[in-house]
Amino acid sequence: MDDLFRLRDPARARALVGLLRRYAPPDPVRIVHVCGTHEIAIAQHGLRSLLPEGVEVLEGPGCPVCVTPTVDLDRAVKLAERGAIVCTFGDMTRVPGARVTLAEARADGADVRVVLSPADAVEVARANPQRDVVFFAVGFETTAPGTAAVLLDSPPPNFYVLSCHRLIPPALVALLAGPPVPIAGFLAPGHVSTIIGARAYRVIAERYHVPVVVAGFEPLDILYAIALVLRQVREGRAEVENAYPRAVSEAGNLRAQGLLATAFAPCDAVWRGIGRIPGSGLSIRDELARHDARHAFSVQAEEGEEKPPGCLCSEVLLARAVPADCPLFRDPCTPLSPVGPCMVGTEGACNVWYRYGRRPNP
Amino acid sequence: MSGRPPEDRVTSLHGAGGELMGQFLAERVLPKFRLRAAGPIGLDQLDDGAVVDLPPGRLVVTTDNHAVKPFRFPGGDIGKLAVCGTVNDLAVMGAQPVAITMALLLEEGFPLADLETILTSAARELADLGLPLVAGDTKVMGRGELDGIMINTTGIGVAERAISDAGLAVGDAILVTGTVGDHGMALLAAREGFHLQTELTSDVAPLWPLLAPVLAAGGITAMKDPTRGGLAAALNEMARKAKVGIEVREDVIPVRTEAKALSDLLGISPLDVACEGRAVIAVAADRAEMVLSLLRAHPLGQEARIIGTAIAEYPGRVVLATGIGGRRFLEMPLGDPVPRIC
Repeated sequence: MDDLFRLRDPARARALVGLLRRYAPPDPVRIVHVCGTHEIAIAQHGLRSLLPEGVEVLEGPGCPVCVTPTVDLDRAVKLAERGAIVCTFGDMTRVPGARVTLAEARADGADVRVVLSPADAVEVARANPQRDVVFFAVGFETTAPGTAAVLLDSPPPNFYVLSCHRLIPPALVALLAGPPVPIAGFLAPGHVSTIIGARAYRVIAERYHVPVVVAGFEPLDILYAIALVLRQVREGRAEVENAYPRAVSEAGNLRAQGLLATAFAPCDAVWRGIGRIPGSGLSIRDELARHDARHAFSVQAEEGEEKPPGCLCSEVLLARAVPADCPLFRDPCTPLSPVGPCMVGTEGACNVWYRYGRRPNP
Repeated sequence: MSGRPPEDRVTSLHGAGGELMGQFLAERVLPKFRLRAAGPIGLDQLDDGAVVDLPPGRLVVTTDNHAVKPFRFPGGDIGKLAVCGTVNDLAVMGAQPVAITMALLLEEGFPLADLETILTSAARELADLGLPLVAGDTKVMGRGELDGIMINTTGIGVAERAISDAGLAVGDAILVTGTVGDHGMALLAAREGFHLQTELTSDVAPLWPLLAPVLAAGGITAMKDPTRGGLAAALNEMARKAKVGIEVREDVIPVRTEAKALSDLLGISPLDVACEGRAVIAVAADRAEMVLSLLRAHPLGQEARIIGTAIAEYPGRVVLATGIGGRRFLEMPLGDPVPRIC
């Protein structure tokens, strides 16, 4: 069992910290990752305290719950209020929409259920054939194949999906293509990359000349991946490197990619705090339209973002700020009474910083 | 449920104060408890209260409600937990337990056989400790008004010198008496829906036999049992109350491999979940090794470790030196990640 923890070996970590120092360029560099699990590992193991002066690692739009736009939340709330059973993942029920959260709607009598997988939502539909059951589907390429699988597996006629799935590579492009943000390199999310493969990031390296390193989730994985980014920066290279080859291949999981392509078509999509990103969403294909909640129910929801005054979630999601920069962080915004979405999702940067604590000496 | 004869289950008549209750108490509850008085009037007299003779010292009182799901878990049950929880609260106050009371809240329909198991296990702990049960009460709630069983226990103890959890001073060594997170993680693994197989058992145990010799030796400045919120909550509370910082080293905090693996799987830190048979002890630096060897001499304290120090920096906060060599604040957990475990 100790094998499990060999990627937490402090002696190897010290060696990697030496490498980081060697590769760190003289000017400050900002490295962005887009994965809640990375943020948790970085915070939990105190990795930021090991980075050389001037090297910053920030979480961008890596929390699917955080980036789901209010318009879709309100859509889900309205469907629940109209009598549908709305199934979704736990964090999603607590995200503030324009009016209420799904949890508040449930307190007022709506039928909102927390499920652990899309298959659980199908079970709910089979158990309640007289009711409409809507699976409010969020998540990146890691969770979307699960939704695709149930859509393609002849679900009951009363089962619908409200797809808010999002794709990672277009988001990385958007972070670079928007107003100039000095991003020196990306750590690509290990889980997402098992599905889409390392090659999915080539566009970032080739067209935008920004290094991408696919990273695993153990502390040594992350330190190593940061070292590889710094080495590319120092050597003036911009390539996709795979620092997580034990899980991620060049081509990815072709079967899962096939499921995604059969059930979904890429579409433009709004990311909370960021705005519309071309080709970053997944809409359900016409052949499956009878299970598409957007198609089956006409629900009007207000476009446009409710942004609480002072809340820096947008900046955090764009990797332009860290949670501690926000005037609301810790007071009054806490996981128990979140103001913005990054404090709600357990993968949101603010939530992670709150729970795991900052490095003691900033 | 429906097929069983009603006499196998708790009914509202058990708690109504009538004949059935008297019979139930006399036949199934009282004989379980070997020591039933700590003075002239105790459990057998079925009076309105107990009269207790106290040894010299200051009186320490503590009370707890226990609601555990599942009520029987690897390493114990709610009966053992109720006794240990109360004894441990007294022990970390520096008090020798003198007597305990127990009030049962039962849901109508609760199996009497389960109740008997629970009370037998509570009685066994009390017998081992030589601690009398001096008063009790039983109430039956309607079906659905309660989930099975709740137990309230009140403990009284006597301390020569009471220990608070606020007496920490800069330079003190911080010790923990054994592995942390076992209870919370074992319960979590045992919960329905997780289907996790693990060897992990709860650490639930009475601390008084372990702590008595340490208290007698002296040098303890603060003490706490890390129940709800686990080690992280206990350390944060100690730091806040004493307005000093605490620095602990992750690589020396004893955590079982099973707990570590489960924690990774579930995303819940073993430092954030409850222990029910551990104490966090602050002790003057020059007494730390002596206290450590006293703890290790007892079977419950074999894995005791010095895990850190009270520091002048970061008053009210806890700094964790992580296993990998990083540093971060160890925050106060937001409520227990595992509800209903103690």
